[in-house]
Amino acid sequence: MATLSAGNVSAAVRRDWLVGYAMVAPVVLGALAFVVLPLGMVVWYSLHEWNVLANTFTFVGAENYGRMASDDGLADALLASLWFSIGLVVLNIVLALLLAVLLNQRLPGTTTFRTFFFSPVVVSLVAWTIVWSFLLQADGGINGFLAVLGVDGPNWLRHETTAMIAVIIVQVFKNVGLNMILFLAALQGVPEELQEAARLDGAGAWRRFRSITLPLISPTILLVSIITIVGSLEVFAQIDVLTGGGPGNSTTVLVYYLYQQAFRFNEFGYASAIAVLLFVIVLVLTLLQWQSRKRWVFHEV
Amino acid sequence: MRSDVLSPRARRGWSRWLLVALLALLSVPFVFPTWWMATSSLKPMSEILRRVPTIWPQDPTLDAYGQVFTLQPFAQQYWNSLYIAALVTIGTMLVAAMAGYAFARIRFPGANALFVLVLVGLLVPSEVTIVPLFRIVNSLGLINTHWPLIVIPILGAPAVLAVFIMRQFFLALPTELEEAGRIDGLGRWGIFWRIALPLSRSALGAVAIFTFLKSWNLYLEPIVYLSSKESFTLPQALTQYVDAYGGPMWNVQLAATTLTVLPVLAVFLVAQKQFVQGLAHSGLKG
Repeated sequence: MATLSAGNVSAAVRRDWLVGYAMVAPVVLGALAFVVLPLGMVVWYSLHEWNVLANTFTFVGAENYGRMASDDGLADALLASLWFSIGLVVLNIVLALLLAVLLNQRLPGTTTFRTFFFSPVVVSLVAWTIVWSFLLQADGGINGFLAVLGVDGPNWLRHETTAMIAVIIVQVFKNVGLNMILFLAALQGVPEELQEAARLDGAGAWRRFRSITLPLISPTILLVSIITIVGSLEVFAQIDVLTGGGPGNSTTVLVYYLYQQAFRFNEFGYASAIAVLLFVIVLVLTLLQWQSRKRWVFHEV
Repeated sequence: MRSDVLSPRARRGWSRWLLVALLALLSVPFVFPTWWMATSSLKPMSEILRRVPTIWPQDPTLDAYGQVFTLQPFAQQYWNSLYIAALVTIGTMLVAAMAGYAFARIRFPGANALFVLVLVGLLVPSEVTIVPLFRIVNSLGLINTHWPLIVIPILGAPAVLAVFIMRQFFLALPTELEEAGRIDGLGRWGIFWRIALPLSRSALGAVAIFTFLKSWNLYLEPIVYLSSKESFTLPQALTQYVDAYGGPMWNVQLAATTLTVLPVLAVFLVAQKQFVQGLAHSGLKG
């Protein structure tokens, strides 16, 4: 950047610098106050035993981290997060690709269908979850329609497996439209001539999709997958509204466990240690994403 | 039919209509919940509890909508959400445009380092810092006020993506336009305010859309910071329509939900292109 020493620059340039500092001041101060400072605080808290009721705050070193290693609840939460993320990413990517491919066929009504698939993205998350919660009740809409067909539906939100599936499905339909749009853009970037050449070589549609389209959009798939995984780690409102982490603790994902430790049990020190763990996981995934993005840009060139 | 799934050329006859039928079938889980929400909010509780669901309300009533406003200060809560989201949107647009412009255009010493410092916010999910932020807000005596819901999103981590998008936009903007302004005697601030900002309408639109929706949908922060019904925002208020036994009052809850969702959906249908572009931006996160 500007390596000029302050001595030999004109007053006009220096005035320009001042305007620059003034313009970035709000976000820089905001980053210090609301990102860097809290990050430091959360690490500091994680080294303390913090009893809110007794108002004690004692340094305990790495004790909270040791406790994490032997905490079954945390292990369950990590496992729940893992299942949730895997289920969400697989379903989301497959469905988003399918929808994008279908919308790329210039079929009649394509714009209307695109509107349909995208519309849940703008619906408030809690509203969307409440409606699905209503549909998934034991005597709710889904079981009602199943009963008409002669099928006795389960109490979706009261069984461990179906509750996890429900949370995943609700989230997939909410946001798959976003990934669909990203895939659609990638598909439209696949050169027509390549398809044409392969067709002349006698390649069938499935073969062309697998050998031409898929490799060409694979960087997008990787990027979208990582973004979706990072997003899936931050799932909170859906869990709170739909299952409250239950039944048992089957849908208590990492973020929900953190919330419970902090704001239900007032374990601020331990919750901070979990927050540090969450931060490290997200950090690693995001760096992976940036790495893959670099490769992607290279690929484009 | 497989050959038609993937080739844009061979699209004729019955197989094409089969694909349209498939699209229609796939639309159900996307469209039905919203429609079910709106129609169920018009049903009396007795009809909601009926074993065989009624596709169309047989005995439509607006009772639930009346209860929405008597059980909670819903109008107040609606206003809370609306004014908070509006302030956050305007604030973020202004702050992000200024910072994005300066980072892209003004070569002041330390610009890169400061930009990297700001980018750290992209790495920090709001859940990671919620405990310390709660302590900070608490020590400032601002619990159960809307200040943390307004100030932190404008200046903190949620604004970073907006800064990034604005910077990308200004980097791509031709400098000739600004040169003209300089010759006309405009200073740096004048060039930003009179020339660059008006040209950045599309990027600002994207920022406005995803910022508004993010604030409108905020859930974790309100339930941590707010404690009285008068100060609640909509997502939090929606979950509060429960009867004496803690069971949800479905028709009232769905009526309130409908009132929350339909205006946003209506705006989306009008400005669809901007919404899709703006949100795709936010999905890509740099």
